[in-house]
Amino acid sequence: MKKKMAVLLTGAMVMATLAGCGGGEAAPAATEPAAEAPAAEEAPAEEEAPAAEEEAPAAEEEAPAEEAEAPAASGELITLGIINNDPNESGYRTANDADLKATFTEENGYSASFAYSMKNDEQIAAAQKFIQDGVDYLLLSAADTSGWDSVLTDAQDAGVQVILFDRTIDADESLYLASIVSDMDKEGETAVNWLADQGLETYNIIHLQGVMGSAAQEGRSGALQAKADAEANWNIVEQQTAEWNAENAQQIVQSVISSGKEFNVIYAENDDMAKGAVAALDAANISHGVGKDVIVMGFDCNKWALEELLAGNWNYDGQCNPFQSSYIDDVIKNGAPAEKTIIMDEKGFDATTITQEDVDKYGI
Amino acid sequence: MANSEKTSGAGFLKNLVRNQCFIPVAALLLLAVFNLIADPSFFRITLGYNSAGNPVLSGFIIDIINNGSELAILAIGMTLVTAASGGQDISVGAAIAIAGSVVLRVLCGGNARPETLQAPIIVAFLVACVVAMLFGAFNGVLVAYFKIQPMIATLILYTAGRSIAAWINNNELPVISDPKFAYFGGFIPGIPIPTPCFIAIACMVVIGIVLKVTNLRLYTQAVGINQSSSKLNGLNPEMIKVLAFVILGLCVAVAGLIKVSRVSSINYSVIAKDIEMDAILAVALGGNALSGGKFNMASSIIGAFVIQCLTTTLYKFGVSSTALPAYKAVVVILLVVVSAPTVREYLNKITQKMKLSKEVA
Repeated sequence: MKKKMAVLLTGAMVMATLAGCGGGEAAPAATEPAAEAPAAEEAPAEEEAPAAEEEAPAAEEEAPAEEAEAPAASGELITLGIINNDPNESGYRTANDADLKATFTEENGYSASFAYSMKNDEQIAAAQKFIQDGVDYLLLSAADTSGWDSVLTDAQDAGVQVILFDRTIDADESLYLASIVSDMDKEGETAVNWLADQGLETYNIIHLQGVMGSAAQEGRSGALQAKADAEANWNIVEQQTAEWNAENAQQIVQSVISSGKEFNVIYAENDDMAKGAVAALDAANISHGVGKDVIVMGFDCNKWALEELLAGNWNYDGQCNPFQSSYIDDVIKNGAPAEKTIIMDEKGFDATTITQEDVDKYGI
Repeated sequence: MANSEKTSGAGFLKNLVRNQCFIPVAALLLLAVFNLIADPSFFRITLGYNSAGNPVLSGFIIDIINNGSELAILAIGMTLVTAASGGQDISVGAAIAIAGSVVLRVLCGGNARPETLQAPIIVAFLVACVVAMLFGAFNGVLVAYFKIQPMIATLILYTAGRSIAAWINNNELPVISDPKFAYFGGFIPGIPIPTPCFIAIACMVVIGIVLKVTNLRLYTQAVGINQSSSKLNGLNPEMIKVLAFVILGLCVAVAGLIKVSRVSSINYSVIAKDIEMDAILAVALGGNALSGGKFNMASSIIGAFVIQCLTTTLYKFGVSSTALPAYKAVVVILLVVVSAPTVREYLNKITQKMKLSKEVA
């Protein structure tokens, strides 16, 4: 019997591996469980919260004395319910969460509550709770694009305004006030155009992809794939998903080097993977960076990545702007925009032109 | 039967097949032969220099033993846990995130981007060992004293571990710039073999000596085979189980150090992702019963390298990125099914029957 159990268990395990990897969905298997424990997950968030709150009471103490300076003249705070993905998900999300917390403070006239989950059903439950609480605005970065119609209709009936940030959803435009998003396709195009401007004779590219099916992966891969299909001198030597993971990227690039294939561009869809690729290049003594053998491209503009650019070790880093709060603030203060979808400005940094100010300002 | 002199050759073969190491070694050979036929350059090892001017070996074989190191180290601890508790620890990936995070926290001293290291690396590593062993003990106590199924008990840490890891560093992503820290996951100047290989060999030697010198093997197997009779014989089964989890914790700390050293940084959500499944598979591939009891450490370790060999082979052949896990799963299913005790017994029966019929004829 025990032996039969063992077979069954291994079978189950293998199935789990399959299910975990084969899904190709935006939410990878290992990050999902993190979302299953809301209690544990809020711990890091709360860790940050006291820091923000410490400032808030101090400001309140002053407020009675200088009533005139209080931003909301009526003394009423605008209540926000903010539903976001797990801040541990990535450096992008951490910066995004910190930015929201820094903007929507009591000093600025807001009272914000946060809910984190990477699962759609938990996010929907959080949204329903916020609607019952009667918040003024519901800010939403949805885990999945679908399934939001009914809850957003409820919000509309209850007079709660909805603003989407970072991610769009498949719902009627009338259900939300504005949608503030990154254009991933444009990010990819900007990067590919930059690469085309480098005027290499041939482009032999190692293409390290993110988790397959995520919006960032699709946008960033799409532009490169289109260009490689169109141009005769653009070859994709290797195209693999490293699932946003530095180590996987390192292994993939190691394996390309070991097999002796020629390449002169590394197009990594995030900074972590570019970093892993560079580690593999260093181990094989392949020079990389400005004026060197291999062009290294990353995305997301982590601060450390921009510093690599500044040092000339990498060539390009594309921004994925996590700072939506000023746009949201603008929508709340000045009303709905004419065009519901607001696409944020996103830059691409070139190692030859980047400055220390850029690093400080845009690094996340 | 009366033909004992005739079967001595067949008996040797039978013993070979019966040996627990047979399946993982055969799998390794099979992969090697496949690669030899498909592209012999798989076995080429070249001596080159890295960008710092130090000699380094490179090649697919080096990649395998280098990248398989962490898995081999984890397989050691996982084998003990499996043998003692009859269950598996599924929290090792999350625990590696915690251990790695602790290493970075101590080295950085709270500042995410330190110019210099705030503490010696050995101190950071020892702190990580203590923390990882504490988490191991936590799992062990739940399993041994509260009699919770190991998979359920470790589910707690599996779920919460990565958030704890992020919390340890205030959700920041520290980056270590000191090149010395990269030695553990890369190369020590002047030595062309990757450091993780040495660390893995050191771990294997240590566990080899421990199993040889102490009664750990005997006690672990006794507890795994029959807990109550081991108790009647004066063992403390609870203690042995906790010990197994604590040893796994130590393995986790070592693997965590290598992992964070490889990239001199950490990403909480993806570091050592799904490694627990690979570690459990290594134990299963090694022909160890996942329900506990007898174990063979060497075959688990070989099992770990089989998995890495498979991964590297698939990378080498540029298997389409989305299809990679599926290929891996197919091969693994085959290996596991063949190495499953029931299947082997069945095969043994068939060969015996064939022999009998031959004799009759």
